[in-house]
Order: sequence, then C-alpha cells, then structure tokens
Amino acid sequence: MEAIINIDKLNLYYESYHALKDVSMDIPEKAITAFIGPSGCGKSTLLRTLNRMNDMIAGTRIEGAVKIGGTDIYSDDVHVEALRKRVGMVFQQPNPFPKSIYDNIAYGPRLHGIRSKSELDEIVEQSLRQAVLWDEVKNFLKRSALSLSGGQQQRLCIARALAVQPDILLMDEATSALDPISTLKIEELVQELKDRYTIVMVTHNMHQAARISGRTVFFLNGEVVEADETQKLFSTPQDSRTEDYISGRFG
Amino acid sequence: MIRRKEFDQNLEELRNLLRAMGDHVQEALKGAIDTLQTSNIAKAEAIIKRDIDLNQMEEQIMEIGSRLIVTQQPVAKDLRRIIVAFKISSDLERMGDLSIDIAKVTLRIEGQELIKPLVDIPRMAELAGIMVEESLQSYLDENTDLAYKMAQDDDEIDHLYSQIIRDLYAFMTANPDNVQQAMLLTLVGRYIERIADHATNIGESAVYLATGQRPDLNN
Repeated sequence: MEAIINIDKLNLYYESYHALKDVSMDIPEKAITAFIGPSGCGKSTLLRTLNRMNDMIAGTRIEGAVKIGGTDIYSDDVHVEALRKRVGMVFQQPNPFPKSIYDNIAYGPRLHGIRSKSELDEIVEQSLRQAVLWDEVKNFLKRSALSLSGGQQQRLCIARALAVQPDILLMDEATSALDPISTLKIEELVQELKDRYTIVMVTHNMHQAARISGRTVFFLNGEVVEADETQKLFSTPQDSRTEDYISGRFG
Repeated sequence: MIRRKEFDQNLEELRNLLRAMGDHVQEALKGAIDTLQTSNIAKAEAIIKRDIDLNQMEEQIMEIGSRLIVTQQPVAKDLRRIIVAFKISSDLERMGDLSIDIAKVTLRIEGQELIKPLVDIPRMAELAGIMVEESLQSYLDENTDLAYKMAQDDDEIDHLYSQIIRDLYAFMTANPDNVQQAMLLTLVGRYIERIADHATNIGESAVYLATGQRPDLNN
C-alpha cells in the first residue's frame, strides 16, 4: 500500500520537554492506522503534528520532517489553512458549533468560497450521508446541532470534517466520550470511510484499535516501540514492552 | 483492561488442570495395557469408569477459558495460552477415550489365552506414554526443542505399528479360523498410534504457545 504520510526522524520539544524522540514511520493511504500507548507516550502529540495543531502551543520546537503527499508540511510555503483543509480532525468531545445542523456542515465549504445554495445543499447531504447521519437529521436540518445526542454530534463533527473534502482524517480518542452503541456506529462509519480517506486515530481502547485498524503503532515515552499490521501486533508482538502493554501489565 | 492477578491465577489453574489430565491419561494408558497382559477384567472396568473425571476436567478448562475470553478479552500470548488449553484438553480427552478403547479390548478378549506373548504392543505403549509426558513438559516449560524431538518418537511409533500389523497379518494368514483376537490386537496398535499422534498435536500447541507459529510435527 502506498504511503501518504512520511515521518522522518521527528523530534518534538515542549520547551525543554522532549515529547517525541526520533519518530520515523510511513502511514499508508486509504487505511486506518491506530496509535496506542499509555498516557503521555506522545501519540496525541504526533497526531497533532500531522495538521500542525501543535503550532498553537507556545514553546513547541520541531526537528525532522513530516511529509504529506511528498510535501514537507513544516516548510515556509505551506499555508496552515490549506493543510487543515486537507487534513481534518475529530476530537474526543463532540464540538459542534452553536449553529444549525446545516450551517455546521456548510461552514467549511463557505469559508473556502462556495456560495451557491444548490452546491452547498449537495455538500451537506453528501457529507451527512457519508457520516451515516442523513436519515436521522434530514427533516431537521435547521435545528440546532446542540439538540443532537452525543453520538449524533460526533457523527456531525465527522460530516463537518468531510465537507471540505480532506484526504486525511485524524481522530483523537473520538469515541471515548460516547456510549457503546454510539461507539459502534462511529467504528462502523470509520470502517466505511477508509476506502476513501486515510484515517489516523489515537485510542485508549486497545480493543477498538484491534477491531478496526489495519496498522497499529505502539508508543512509549515518546518513542515508537513497534509498528505492524494490527492483527500481527495483537497476536505476536515482537517487543516484550508491546506484549506487556497490550496484556495489561502496565499503562 | 485485564485484571492481572485474577487472570494469572486462572491461567495457573488451566495449567494445573492440563497437568492433571496428562497424569490421568498416562495412568489410563499404562493400566489398559496392563489389563490386556494380565486379563484383569475388574481393572479394565475401573479404568473405563474413571474416564468421567477426565471429561469433567476438560469441561472445567472450557469453562475457565471461555470466562477469561469474555471477561478479560486477552490478546497475544495470553490469548494463545487459552486457545492452547482448549486444544490440549481436547487432545487429552481423546487420548483418554483411546485408552478406554484398549481396556474394552481386554473385556472383549474376556480371559482367552493370548495368541502370542505381547512384546511390540507394550513397547509401543511405553513409548507413547513417554511422548505424553514429553508433550506436557514441552507445553509446561514452553520447550520447543522437546516438542520437535517428538516428531522422531512418532516415527518410531509408526515403525512399531507397521511391525505389529505385519506380524498379526502373518498370524491371520496362517490361522484363518482364529482372526478375531488378532483383529482386536491390531486395533490396539491403532489406538496407541492415535494416542501418539495426539501427543504430537500437544507438541505443536507448545510451539504455537511459545512462538505463535504452527509447525507440523506429524507428517
């Protein structure tokens, strides 16, 4: 499988704290890659470097390269807005805007210059369909997004991310605030989306990583300990630290 | 997340049960051959009766293993430990049944004089008994060398089995009016050969537990 993201000897510091140490990996296109590891291991930090969310944290310093589609996303001529259009993100807590369902989805496309009502209507419908939310909300598009349940709000956030037609979707513990049924719906949705998008997810739920990802990367103390096909990593891990972590011996 | 303490205790219980099943099978096999040599009907019946203990231990293993899978969702080696316990207990249960089949031959021969002194059958049974012990040791110690060595033992068993078939076939050709006992003794050879095959299966499980790879020790 072709790699869409190439990370080469990435080191990241928050002030003097060395959060990522010599991280190198290729992330395959149109597949689900899961980052696992104990709290503070660097998995979310790495996820946030992929759309430069760390830029907002003062004192962050980066060495090495992160390339998406061959372009170094930290080079001076890369516009962060364009990067984030290409690399969408879904967070742990659903964070719909206090607007209507329709306006939540249309927000990004409008920002990128789309004004035509019919075009926006189509984007809204398509995005909600892809996020498997359309049938539940199609008659209430003008209703506030905040009236939706937590699971619906999270699918709305996924639809909102898809509305600007990204290549990559980053998910930072996107189901950890949801009940099991909503979690299952998101997992099924993510499985469907992987044919069209590259998905990178951070999860504290190891069984979620095992259930839905194709590749899993295990982090410990800012380093990549092991990266492999998920089925292999969870059945015959090569490093004893991986075995200990997934078997609940620490973390 | 796995609660390690309770989980480890349950895994230890699985090991102990398999060890006990192994001891039971070794005793049953040795005892069954003994009843054949001594025409001891009462002992043969006692061996058949005791099989229920073996079946109960297998059920216990199924119960503990299923519970651990459901409640702890084990992965990697922890999961292999349980899969292997299921597989080995099923092999041991079959070995117990085959030992009973031998004891049943004693009942069917019913005190008749043996057509010839038993030489190769006890040798074969002794070797199969050693293989049962080796297979369990290879599992308990995760000793893959020992598991691979069993492939050679199995060749020796197959060799002895061929010899038994040849001898008894010659006897049946020479004594066409007296084939029933010779047929039964041939079956005993077959039962022991199957017991040895199950022992190599256990060796394969031991290698799978230790490495995650499945070898073929029985070809």
